[in-house]
Amino acid sequence: MNMKEEALLRVENLTKIFKTGFLGKGEKIIAVNDVSFFLKKGEVLSLIGESGSGKTTIARLILKLLKPTSGRIYYEDTDIWEISDKAYWRKVQAIFQDPYASFNSFYKVERTLKNVFKLFPDKVSEGEKDKKVHEALEKIGLNPKEVLGKHPFELSGGQMQRLLLARCLIIDPEVIIADEPTSMVDASMRVILLNIFKELSKKADKSIIFITHDISQAFYISDRVLVMYRGRIVENGPVEQILFSPQHPYTKRLISDVPKLHEKFKFTLT
Amino acid sequence: MTERIVNAGKLIVRYKKLLIGVTMLVAIIAFCTLGMLLYPIDPKAIIFRDLQPPSSTNPLGTDVFGRDVLAQLIHGTYNSFRIGILAGLIATLIGIVVGAAAGYFGGMLDDLLNLITNTFLVIPTLALLIVIASYIRIRSELMMVLIIGVTAWPWTARAIRAQVYSLKTREFVDLAKISGLPKYEIIVFEILPNMLSYIVMCFTLQMAGAILSEAGLSAIGLGPTALITLGMMLRWTIVWEAPRIGTWWWFIPPGLIITLIAVSFLLINNGLDEIYNPRLRRMR
Repeated sequence: MNMKEEALLRVENLTKIFKTGFLGKGEKIIAVNDVSFFLKKGEVLSLIGESGSGKTTIARLILKLLKPTSGRIYYEDTDIWEISDKAYWRKVQAIFQDPYASFNSFYKVERTLKNVFKLFPDKVSEGEKDKKVHEALEKIGLNPKEVLGKHPFELSGGQMQRLLLARCLIIDPEVIIADEPTSMVDASMRVILLNIFKELSKKADKSIIFITHDISQAFYISDRVLVMYRGRIVENGPVEQILFSPQHPYTKRLISDVPKLHEKFKFTLT
Repeated sequence: MTERIVNAGKLIVRYKKLLIGVTMLVAIIAFCTLGMLLYPIDPKAIIFRDLQPPSSTNPLGTDVFGRDVLAQLIHGTYNSFRIGILAGLIATLIGIVVGAAAGYFGGMLDDLLNLITNTFLVIPTLALLIVIASYIRIRSELMMVLIIGVTAWPWTARAIRAQVYSLKTREFVDLAKISGLPKYEIIVFEILPNMLSYIVMCFTLQMAGAILSEAGLSAIGLGPTALITLGMMLRWTIVWEAPRIGTWWWFIPPGLIITLIAVSFLLINNGLDEIYNPRLRRMR
């Protein structure tokens, strides 16, 4: 109970049912089924599950991009649907799976980065915008002159994903939801990105929800792990507990599917 | 140098449909605009002998009233184009607004707009046009444009709706939302630019359709009486039974120009589709 009280984000009995057909009279798909969990400040929480298990739907629900069918989400004990959109998105931000699809390819990347200033109530001068964008880019190891004037298709996957991260840093939110952020970047970039996330949580005290289907990445980065299967949370607990004594058959299968997991795990912990 | 010529040749072969279409269209536009400058005969002036075959004074002969057919053709093409562009513009705009609203907002609004669109789609357009045109007594160019424009939008709305519906689930739209962009900005500045090629294609088809609709309506006597259009030219040839009396110089040219316009727009549309649609491109 004590842990719940210090929760920054709390999800209670969340259910999302998609309906199809005229006036919603068609088929029903239960994407998220009675899910409850919480996220503490400065914590990295991993959401593991196969495609279609409802993890992206949960991300979209938390981001207020979808309305839940039932259940509630609280941010600092206030229902997120009672917080104004802009105020909420200043606190909770996201990084999506496909960085190329996340930037509008019609425009230069600079425009997408500067769009975030619309979240702030006060008008920001052009000079101030430039300064903040440059700071964020440098923090993430990108040269502003090299990337800002380019279109998404002129940049690499790693650069694009870092731009998305830089976009988050400009907003400086409390919670970052990262939906499979490493799936479109090459292996060397993957570690760099994971380390940036770790640093954000440990040094800047940001809370991160890390969504992945890759159990080894989840173990590398997270403090706690949720395993989702067909819209439900089937496993919930600290990394070590899930890894060494998995309860649900799906988790067991996931772990057995990763060959050298134990060696890697020991290596990364030291 | 030779490599350049070969490359240019390859491009011409690849885009041949588009090139032929554009060339035809430019030629027709040049015909009516240059014609108005270089052939200053009043198309409505009754100053020649009636039903004369082509000669040096009247390159395409004269009609039953003794008016010059070439002058009528030049002005008729110009006016038909103007009606086509304006009506096509109106139809495309309505289609974009209805389609984008239905596709983006979804839910009840989508169901409602779909119902209206589908109702319009199943009503035979020509029948609807005849009913509307015969109820409205004013026979002006503007009325023609409005009648065609407000009846031609449904399939554009459907096509745009489908595109918006698929684009709105892309991640850049989600990102724009959580960047606090208002809804209309997301639709106008994020989604629509990504389907610009599609909109251009819809517009070319709408223009072709509008020119054909004008011809069809005018030919059966519902056109702008005071104006010379290709449709109105056909109208007079039908009334005076030009095919029966064998005055080929009178009824063939307007029909031919209408056909050429429709073909050129179809070629442009098809050519653009081949360029923008990667699936069609790979098949060559």
